[in-house]
Amino acid sequence: MKAQIKVTLKKGVLDPQGQAIEGALKSLGFEGVDSVRQGKVFDIELGETDPMQARNMLNQMCQKLLANTVIEDYTVALSE
Amino acid sequence: MQCAVIAFPGSNRDRDMIAAVTKIAGKPPHVVWHKDSELPQADVIILPGGFSYGDYLRSGAIAARSPMMKEVARAAERGVSILGVCNGFQILTEAGLLPGTLMRNASLKFVCRTIELEVVNAATRFTGLYRPGQIIRNPVAHHDGNYFVDDDTLARIEGNEQVAFRYANGTNPNGSRHDIAGVLNARKNVLGMMPHPEDLIEPAHGGTDGRPLFEALLETVAA
Repeated sequence: MKAQIKVTLKKGVLDPQGQAIEGALKSLGFEGVDSVRQGKVFDIELGETDPMQARNMLNQMCQKLLANTVIEDYTVALSE
Repeated sequence: MQCAVIAFPGSNRDRDMIAAVTKIAGKPPHVVWHKDSELPQADVIILPGGFSYGDYLRSGAIAARSPMMKEVARAAERGVSILGVCNGFQILTEAGLLPGTLMRNASLKFVCRTIELEVVNAATRFTGLYRPGQIIRNPVAHHDGNYFVDDDTLARIEGNEQVAFRYANGTNPNGSRHDIAGVLNARKNVLGMMPHPEDLIEPAHGGTDGRPLFEALLETVAA
């Protein structure tokens, strides 16, 4: 199975990198940009075929390594 | 008193730390490579600065999951003194041995300069040779030193006197909440700090403000 994990900063956590990107977009002339938040994407291929088991394992991966849950949230999307 | 310094791939302040410990303790520390299977018997464990694993994923994140860090966590539970400086601080937060996390500096710039620190809690095994409220100088050199904790945890660590050092006199170089520069665990046997006391231990360094921390920790001077 294939999985895509997105890790994003929690609401309320300051994102200086996102702010710098927002500033750069504005300086390129893109108007109407209200906010930019930067995150990470992980594409993971798994040998596991049971979606429940896969999701369970991916959640553990996020909690143990891929996300720092002090400041980050994550979502897990599975596809065949 | 035996000390161990743990090196990871990408540590680069380990030599400074080994030199400081050797000079102040009068004998060299055990130097432990992160892949060594066991941690030698030590009363003090130090995680030095650097860029372990190239800061991949998050600063300190990969090193914090190394097998050696399981040994360090067990030592922390036994009450062994553990000091993490700079990247060592980042590793300790990622390993869950200290609260909070260290984010990219608010300025987005790497900062390398001398800052001022207030000794907030002088009643610990690390800070016992300073006076409460004493202002000392220390160099910082980091890109990810912006200390962040949620409001509840911040209130808890302030209430429990877990803040060891604060940036003083407007010298906060990174946007850390409450100007926090060094933080202790609840039991106060683990300290993480962004500034580098090991780089200010003899007059040739331009000052000795970091020396009392090592003298207290290595018990070479009676508190």
